[in-house]
Amino acid sequence: MVEGLIGKKIGMTQQFDDAGNVIPITILKAGPCTVIQMKTVEKDGYVAVQLGFVEERGVRKPLKPQIGHFKRSGVPVVRKLQEVGCSDPAAVKEGDQILVDIFEVGETIHVVGTSKGKGFAGVVKRHHFAGGGASHGSMFHRAPGSIGASSYPSRVVKGMRMGGHMGDERVTVRKLKVVATDKDNNLLLVKGAVPGAKGGYVLIKKGTFVSPRAK
Amino acid sequence: MNLVDMVEDKQLRKDLDPFNVGDTVKIHVIIREGDKERTQIFQGVVISKRGAGMKASFTVRKVSFGIGVERVFPAHSKMIRKIEVVRKANVRRAKLYYLRDLKGKAARLKEDQG
Repeated sequence: MVEGLIGKKIGMTQQFDDAGNVIPITILKAGPCTVIQMKTVEKDGYVAVQLGFVEERGVRKPLKPQIGHFKRSGVPVVRKLQEVGCSDPAAVKEGDQILVDIFEVGETIHVVGTSKGKGFAGVVKRHHFAGGGASHGSMFHRAPGSIGASSYPSRVVKGMRMGGHMGDERVTVRKLKVVATDKDNNLLLVKGAVPGAKGGYVLIKKGTFVSPRAK
Repeated sequence: MNLVDMVEDKQLRKDLDPFNVGDTVKIHVIIREGDKERTQIFQGVVISKRGAGMKASFTVRKVSFGIGVERVFPAHSKMIRKIEVVRKANVRRAKLYYLRDLKGKAARLKEDQG
């Protein structure tokens, strides 16, 4: 059993549950994925499955080593490869297709994505500092304020929250609920938001899976 | 059709009667009390329609015992059983927020004779 899938964020909408409440929905295109390579204890020291996200358009001019890597799975070279855990490696072989039906409605999943880049952000946006008053002669607006004492310790302590690059990093959102799956269109509907922009790649992991290494 | 529209398409309430801003409508709302279910009617003038797809909503205004009451409904909510158009009106704006400042005779709308 493969414990995850590669997906793409399509966008958000809303639906109504049976009680009539509005629930926010993220639409993900999950799969179809093909098993490109099996990672085994003998060869690699751990068990995992390398999945390839098969899209309409693959890599236009693949390199020779890439072609060799994809040969055994029988699919053209894809853009996105990702390793996911596998609880029963004997049942999976290279070239197998993994579809959304590995997820059930109501199941808990974790979604990993790359958050939207915010560029160089100040402390108000980056660390939720309160900032100062805008008017009434206030001369302190969005500056960080004091970053430490003077002659002792004569340096800024490590980890001081300051302005800097924000976003465009790996973010995991845990414990999202699957609202619906659509095998014909490879769609997965998830309650809540998922990191990243529309069209961004995400990794969808089963909430129940615990890696053997973590045990 | 893009994928978001495709997902929304299944949920849209295409069975409800179409109406426009200015129309007087009766909204039959499902009220659940414990496991009992009954219908309540909210009658008033549609003063605003906004949004598209599943996110669309509309505002109905009525004057109840001299006090203006406005209620916003999600246009595709499962809690709406039926929408009845009582009267169609001829209006020249998309949002009739000016009705909030008027009362009595001044707050009437010209009927659309069709």
